Amino acid sequence: MSKVTIDRIDFDVRSIRKQFPLLAQSVRGKPLVYLDNAATTQKPQAVLDTLSHYYAAGNANIHRGVYALSQDATQAYEGARSKVAKFLNAASPTEIIFTRNATEGINLVAQTFGRSMVAAGDEVVISEMEHHSNIVPWQLLCEEKGAKLRVAPINDDGELILDELAALLGSRTRLVSIVHMSNSLGTINPVRRIVDLAHERGIPVLIDGSQAAYHMAVDVRALDCDFYVVTGHKLYGPTGIGALYGRSRLLNDMPPYQGGGDMISSVTFEQTTYNELPHKFEAGTPHIAGAIGLGAAVDFLTEVGFDAIASHERRLLDYATGMLSELPGLRFIGTAREKASILSFVLEGVHPHDVGTVVDTEGVAIRTGHHCTQPVMDRFGVPATARASLAMYNTTDEIDHLVSALSKVREVFG
Amino acid sequence: MSELRDLYQEVILDHNRSPRNFGHLDDANRRADGHNPLCGDRLDVTVKVVEGVVTDLRFKGSGCAISKASASLMTEAVKGKTIDEFNELFDYFHRLVTDETLSVDERALGKLAVFSGVRDYPARVKCAILAWHTLKSAVSDSQEVVSTE
Ligand SMILES: Cc1ncc(COP(=O)(O)O)c(C=O)c1O
Repeated sequence: MSKVTIDRIDFDVRSIRKQFPLLAQSVRGKPLVYLDNAATTQKPQAVLDTLSHYYAAGNANIHRGVYALSQDATQAYEGARSKVAKFLNAASPTEIIFTRNATEGINLVAQTFGRSMVAAGDEVVISEMEHHSNIVPWQLLCEEKGAKLRVAPINDDGELILDELAALLGSRTRLVSIVHMSNSLGTINPVRRIVDLAHERGIPVLIDGSQAAYHMAVDVRALDCDFYVVTGHKLYGPTGIGALYGRSRLLNDMPPYQGGGDMISSVTFEQTTYNELPHKFEAGTPHIAGAIGLGAAVDFLTEVGFDAIASHERRLLDYATGMLSELPGLRFIGTAREKASILSFVLEGVHPHDVGTVVDTEGVAIRTGHHCTQPVMDRFGVPATARASLAMYNTTDEIDHLVSALSKVREVFG
Repeated sequence: MSELRDLYQEVILDHNRSPRNFGHLDDANRRADGHNPLCGDRLDVTVKVVEGVVTDLRFKGSGCAISKASASLMTEAVKGKTIDEFNELFDYFHRLVTDETLSVDERALGKLAVFSGVRDYPARVKCAILAWHTLKSAVSDSQEVVSTE
């Protein structure tokens, strides 16, 4: 009885679920329990309708078209940019650059800002809990430039050690690039505090918001960060689309990313002048449908509201943490005081991969592996973890399914 | 549960709990490392080959039940076989875990037949074949790290 009440206090999870057609399906004859949201979230009908409507009735290439269809498509695409700008509370839509995903957003900054600002002997600071996509672009940059990648450590709870990070910031630091919320630990970093520490020394900060942006309201101006990346497919939007927020002062000074159509204002063989923001960073025909779909996704998120989403997910996380703690031999990886929506764990004596396969036969989808954070696995001395990650449509019933599926693991492996 | 028992058969669970030929072979003259980045599995296979015959072998490493049991049962199956015989068995095992049309010849396969359940779990095929690829690399004397990703 109380379980139903938990879900219904200020949030009708059943009516939310109805908007996600995929969730109604069965897997191996059992109702699907989808708990791999940190990898990608499912899509609401509003996003699906927007995509199919665009292709069925609105498709045309954007910019420079003189006919109505192209102008409408341009308006829809630029309208989506405005929606994303508002969603992140950017000062202007021109500070939003559409990318393929978060990875491309980070690479864009590394290849433009990084290549122009980082020189031999300079340093880039990241943390030990970064996703590979916020490690490798900086390694490539540092290798090319003879610069140094410095890594701020985490503690046994998976929290960033802020003093150690502060101690790494020096006169050679050119950028701090840090995850807002860890995908393998659930830790939420004190990003505003980190921005202050960096700005005191004149160092710009990039925040990887891949995980944070679908669990909590993000305000880039309140955070005062210089760059912020998000990825559409985790925001209940399409794959293949993401966004980079950049402070316009920085974006203006940065060299372009890729060359091609749309990013120029004039081309001769002698000289090319680049287009204004944000087009300077969007060469070629973009993922028009994806951007418009992302616009629909952020509308959907705004409509449901982060107050409701966050409190529902908080209750779910607390419930799940309590239930899983009862399981014998279960150890959580990632026990930060500030965390959200992610339960990473290992079961004594059973490899996470086997855990994943056993719960899959019960219809429960969780992820097992290193979650693209191998340094985190090394830090905790495990080859991999099992990870259940929550979204707005998950229920306490689904947590109960997870728990009973996990008890099957013991039946098989003893 | 019965579905699961097709994958996690008793023999597999047993070899997972107490792997045979586990460790490092001191007088080995061939070795190779295997790595499956997907699940973080790492294997080290040490082999002694005398005149084309695998006279002894060991494996070491961490991995899931499927990869550990596969390595363990492989060492039992291959000890005493010629490299040609191993190569034949390798091909047959590969088909066993991937080819749904293959009818399982228990006589030819012996205990290895317990891995036929893996075909229904495509995500687990790499776990089952890691040890085999690693051994193949060891006996063919290419010393690089084998990856099943
Ligand atoms: C924290 C974090 N950063 C970056 C990424 C990369 O996202 P994408 O693959 O969409 O670029 C992910 C998602 O896998 C993530 O969780």
